[in-house]
Amino acid sequence: MIEIENVRKSFGSLEVLKGVSLTVPKGEVLTVIGGSGSGKSTLLTCINGLEPIDSGRILVDGVEVHAKGTDLNRLRRKIGIVFQQWNAFPHLTVLENVMLAQRKVLGRSRAEAEAEAVRQLKHVGLGDKLSVYPSRLSGGQQQRMAIARALAMSPDYMLFDEVTSALDPQLVGEVLDTLRMLAAEGMTMICVTHEMKFAREVSDRVAFFHQGVIAEIAPPEELFGAPRTPELQKFLAATV
Amino acid sequence: MFDTALTVNDLLFLARGAGMTLLVTAIAVGLGTLMGIVFGVVRYQVGPWWGAPLTFFLDIFRSIPLLIQLVLANAFVTTVLGFRVSGFTVACGVLSLYTAAYCAEIVRGGIEAVPQTVRRAARSLGMSWGQDMTHIVLPLATRVALPSWIGLALGVMKDTSLVFVVQVVELLKSTQILITRLQEPLFLLLICGLFYFLISFPIARFGGYLEKKWLAND
Repeated sequence: MIEIENVRKSFGSLEVLKGVSLTVPKGEVLTVIGGSGSGKSTLLTCINGLEPIDSGRILVDGVEVHAKGTDLNRLRRKIGIVFQQWNAFPHLTVLENVMLAQRKVLGRSRAEAEAEAVRQLKHVGLGDKLSVYPSRLSGGQQQRMAIARALAMSPDYMLFDEVTSALDPQLVGEVLDTLRMLAAEGMTMICVTHEMKFAREVSDRVAFFHQGVIAEIAPPEELFGAPRTPELQKFLAATV
Repeated sequence: MFDTALTVNDLLFLARGAGMTLLVTAIAVGLGTLMGIVFGVVRYQVGPWWGAPLTFFLDIFRSIPLLIQLVLANAFVTTVLGFRVSGFTVACGVLSLYTAAYCAEIVRGGIEAVPQTVRRAARSLGMSWGQDMTHIVLPLATRVALPSWIGLALGVMKDTSLVFVVQVVELLKSTQILITRLQEPLFLLLICGLFYFLISFPIARFGGYLEKKWLAND
């Protein structure tokens, strides 16, 4: 379970998160929507401790992420994150990209890591690209490789930060299909996204971020069907 | 010009000089690169403010002519400190620091060229700072830094011709000794140049080969 309690976070004088509270139980698929700069992506990088927070606290399975004694490297093993920019390791082949952290962080043997990498890469439809370097892949393929790389660590939670925003429109579908598949398999996921149709389809709940707070959170049919706040009504009218 | 008094023994004498040049170069470039990586990582990690003392120290080695460094270091170590060390040791020490000073900047530049987003991805997979450095940052920085580093290594190799001032007989000094004896400066310098070329060429080609190999993956 991920518990976020009254988290505040500023970059200089700009307060990005203004008291965000949220609980995501195991197995839930939560999508986060909202305008640019509303703090959605920042929240994700706070959850795995890539960004420090100013106040409040975030607990992952009861472990406080930003507490002094927390071993972040250990905690991050159970939280996979995929970014908008796909961030392949360009000097490693697709297979090596997915094997590296398994070997170094989890201490898996070469054979174990390779078997898991092949399994995950097949899972995301890249079984025929194992020995290729990332530069030879399309954006959508690189993003799916990044997903496989995160999944190979056997995480309990997956965070997706606008994973389709930097892709050409014709490549968005293949990545969303991968996310749909994961959701169907019961992975606990938080997806920051601009794809409303996708959010409506896969989510158990949808959170609407507005100016650093969660303005509305509800199951998709409720949130999209009967938006209560004027901000959400305006946002939906502008995006559809 | 081809009617020469040069004997096989003289050629072997030159080859020994070339061997000394290679040895000094290998030690200076090897140690200098290791130190340069450490200094470069430190410089990058602590930022310009805290790195200022280190930068100043390295700037000394970059801005004073090598010849002066060698003479002063030799005098300082042997006369002032009273250590009984050979000119060879002094030469290797000074050239190593000289190489490290340049290499540190090359390394820092290479590290800065690695995108932060890639490093975030590595850290988000649970990799530690050290693992990120070893498996992601340094390999990627090496690609950026290689051409400059090859240039540095070749430069240092030619700069070893100055270590004669601390009584190390390397290739150029050997040539000068023969010139004094045989009075055939042009011919001997030609051979000396050929030796330098034979040493440099493989290094330059190896760099070119690596670049091409890496480019194929990018």
